[in-house]
Amino acid sequence: MIKKEQVKHIAKLARLQLSERELQKYQKELSKILDYIQKLKEVKVTEVEPMTHPFLQKNVWREDEMIRVQPINLKLLELAPETKDRYFKVKKII
Amino acid sequence: MFLDDFTIKKIQEGLTRKKFSALELTKAYLEKIKKEDKKIRAFLTISEDLAYSQAKKIDEMIFTGRKLPPLAGVPCAIKDNILVEGIRCTAGSKILENYIAPYDATVVKKLKEAGAIILGKTNLDEFAMGSSTENSAFFPTKNPLDLKRVPGGSSGGSAAAVAANLSVFALGSDTGGSVRQPAAFCGVVGLKPTYGAVSRYGLIAFASSLDQVGPIAKTVEDCEIVFEVIKGKDDLDSTSINPEFESQNFNLQIQNLTLGIPKEYFIEGMDKEVEKIVKEAIRKYEKMGAKIEEISLPHTQYALACYYIIAPSEASANLARYDGIKYGFSEAKNPKSKAKNLLQVYLQTRAKGFGSEVQRRIMLGTYALSAGYYEAYYLRAMKVRRLIKEDFEKAWEKVDFIVTPTAPTPAFKLGEKITDPLAMYLSDIFTVPASLAGLPAISLPCGRIDNLPVGLQIIGKPFQEKKIIALAKLYESGKN
Repeated sequence: MIKKEQVKHIAKLARLQLSERELQKYQKELSKILDYIQKLKEVKVTEVEPMTHPFLQKNVWREDEMIRVQPINLKLLELAPETKDRYFKVKKII
Repeated sequence: MFLDDFTIKKIQEGLTRKKFSALELTKAYLEKIKKEDKKIRAFLTISEDLAYSQAKKIDEMIFTGRKLPPLAGVPCAIKDNILVEGIRCTAGSKILENYIAPYDATVVKKLKEAGAIILGKTNLDEFAMGSSTENSAFFPTKNPLDLKRVPGGSSGGSAAAVAANLSVFALGSDTGGSVRQPAAFCGVVGLKPTYGAVSRYGLIAFASSLDQVGPIAKTVEDCEIVFEVIKGKDDLDSTSINPEFESQNFNLQIQNLTLGIPKEYFIEGMDKEVEKIVKEAIRKYEKMGAKIEEISLPHTQYALACYYIIAPSEASANLARYDGIKYGFSEAKNPKSKAKNLLQVYLQTRAKGFGSEVQRRIMLGTYALSAGYYEAYYLRAMKVRRLIKEDFEKAWEKVDFIVTPTAPTPAFKLGEKITDPLAMYLSDIFTVPASLAGLPAISLPCGRIDNLPVGLQIIGKPFQEKKIIALAKLYESGKN
C-alpha cells in the first residue's frame, strides 16, 4: 500500500488539487493497480535494452527550406481563456 | 431509403447511377441519427452544416460528370479526439468542452479530399482512457445490440454508430485496443494499423508511442478502403512512414499459410463461449487449408502490467498541456475562483477539468516517472515491452499470422466494472500486446453468444495490413 503522503506528493507533481476524500480513494485504487504491476518484477530484464518506440527511427531530416503555411496563430490565441494584445495572460507567479 | 445495407461500394454505385443524391443520402443519415441516437447516444456533436456543404460539392461533381474520389458521398463519423476544423472537439472531457478545433487532423483532411461526408463526432472515454465509454464526461454510450450493455471503448461511440447504421464507417483511435475491442463488442470490423502507418497529427495525444488512428466499418472491405485513404507518411508526424516493405500485389494462398494460435490467449477465467466460438473460427481457416500451429508468446502475461505503466506515463506528460492557460476550461475565467496565483490556476483547473479515470492515470504515470520509482517501474516496463515485441518476432519465424480472441468476454453490462479500475483494465488483455509491439491487428465478428457478438483478432507482421485484411476477407466470405 502506498502512503497517503506519497499520494499527496504525486498529486502535487501532477498539478492536481485533491480533497481528503479523493486522496484516500486514489491511495486505495493506486495501491491495487501497483500491486498488480508488481508482476513485472518476476521478469528477468538485466540484459534487455529498454524499448522506447515500436520501430526505431533516427534523425528524421527534412530539407531546410522555407514553406508557406496559412498562419493560424491568431486563431490559436482566440482559444485562450485570457489574452492581452497578442499574448497569453497568466496570473502572477508568486 | 434503407440505410442498413449500405457499404461504401453500394453508396458509390447508387450515386453514380443517380438512384439518390449525396444530399438526400446525408439528409437520410442525419434524420436517422436525430431519431435513433437518443437511445444509443453515440454522438457528442452533429456537424450538420459541414455534412450538407460537403454533400453539395459531391452532387456538383456528379452533375458535371467528374471522376469521383474513393469515398465520395460516404457518410462517416469521427471519434471526438480527432480534430475537424471549426467543429467542437471535446476528447470526452470537461476540460475541452468548448474547444473548437483550429485545424483538420491529417486523417480528416484525407477523408475530406476523398469526398467523405462528416456527420459528427462520436463519444469516447475521456481522452480515450477506458474500455466501455462510461468514462465520457458527458454520458455513456449504449451498445446498439443490447442497450443495457456497454459498446466497449474507448472508441465506443464510433463502433456503436456503425453498428446502429447511423454512419457507414467511423474513425477511432487505438492505444491498447480502443478500436478493436469496441468493434468486437458491437459486432463490426475494426482495424488498428501498424504504429507509424497512419499520421497522428491532429489526434489528441494519449500515449504517443502507442496511439494509432484506425477505421471501423461493417465490412472488411470498407475498412480496407478507408485505410487506403488515411495511411501514409505525413510531414507533420515524424513517426509516420511509407513502409518500404509494404506488401503490394500478392495472392493469398490459404494452403501456404500458417496461423499461430498463442496458448497464452486461451486462459482460465475467459468466457467459455468466447473460447468455443473463436476456436470454431480457427477451424474454419483450417478447413480452408491453412496450417494451424500452437505457439507460445511467453511474456503475454506481463503485457497488461507493462501497458499500465507505459501508457499512463506517456499520458501524464501529454496531458500536462491542459493547464488553463492556452485553451480549454480554466479556473482563471471563473469569477468565483479563489485561485490567486498561477500554480493555483493549474491545480484547480486540472482538478475540476479532468474526470477520475484521467486523474488516476495521470497520478499513476507521474508516480512511475518520479524520482526513486522511475527505474523500478518505467524503465522496467520499457524492457519488458522489448521482450513482448521479441516474442512476436520469434513467432514470425514459424507463422504468418497470429489469431486470437479480441476480448475475453462479450460486451458487459453498464456499471458492471466502473467501480473497479483493474477489472476494467483486464478487458484489454488480448489487445494490448499487439499495441506494445506496434503490430497491425484487425477484429472481425466471428459469432454470437445469444445476441452478443464475439470478435476474432488477426495480428500481422509490421505494415502487412493488406495481408490481414485479405485473411479477414476469406473468413467473411466463407461465412456467407
